[in-house]
Amino acid sequence: MRGGSNLMERDGERIEITISSRFENIELVQVIAEHLCENAGMDEDGSHWIGMAVREAVANAIKHGNKLDVKKKVNATFELHGHELAITISDEGTGFDPEKVSDPLNPQNLMKTSGRGIFYMRTFMDQIRYSFEAGGGTSLVMTKNLAKGTGIASGKA
Amino acid sequence: MKATTRDVNDIAIIKVDGKITIGAGDQQLRDVIAGASSKKILLDLSGVTTIDSSGIGELVGSYTTVTNKGGKLKLLHLPAKLNELLHVTQLITVFEVYENEQEAINSF
Repeated sequence: MRGGSNLMERDGERIEITISSRFENIELVQVIAEHLCENAGMDEDGSHWIGMAVREAVANAIKHGNKLDVKKKVNATFELHGHELAITISDEGTGFDPEKVSDPLNPQNLMKTSGRGIFYMRTFMDQIRYSFEAGGGTSLVMTKNLAKGTGIASGKA
Repeated sequence: MKATTRDVNDIAIIKVDGKITIGAGDQQLRDVIAGASSKKILLDLSGVTTIDSSGIGELVGSYTTVTNKGGKLKLLHLPAKLNELLHVTQLITVFEVYENEQEAINSF
């Protein structure tokens, strides 16, 4: 952290972006996350890891949620309340059962070529929570207390 | 992603620059490794600017492909953030990682 004053100045900040389901749009959302965190006083590493969680969330929304249908949208909302950053990533997919996502640290999954995205999000954020709408649509809310420091650098991993 | 290959002895040293991310380099990495001139591959990752879970998955897949063909895939010059991503997923225990090129070459 570069100091807490910026955080207070940015209390109530809200940024929203909607993208079509193209992989090249992922970085747009990642960059917004990183800049917002840096502007709020987070150090470069901490901002990078939050950006990484956002990258993974948006990639999943495009690939697994919207199944690469460019007509379907992914919405990202960033809200800063005090030290708490809440990021919501929504897609138009039919959802999935988060309980059935396999643990990439399990030795039998270690050499799998996929299945690490949600693990990285959990590692770099304080909390992640999925919700699914009956008529379709998946929302992921990820939160991070910016005053607590960064994900893996804080000894979480 | 850009890959440059040079051969030292019978080892293909592949230097990767840029992004290894979903839709931008992940598939490319697989192709470059599949087409390598040797089964002994040293992957220099010093120029990797961004990697995501898809890129990590491709590293794992490439390692398996090379190993199943009786070859060896080793890593050289891991950027700090890539090193951390391999650590948290415990993949660092899978790969042989070197900081010194000559030492890496001698290890094959």
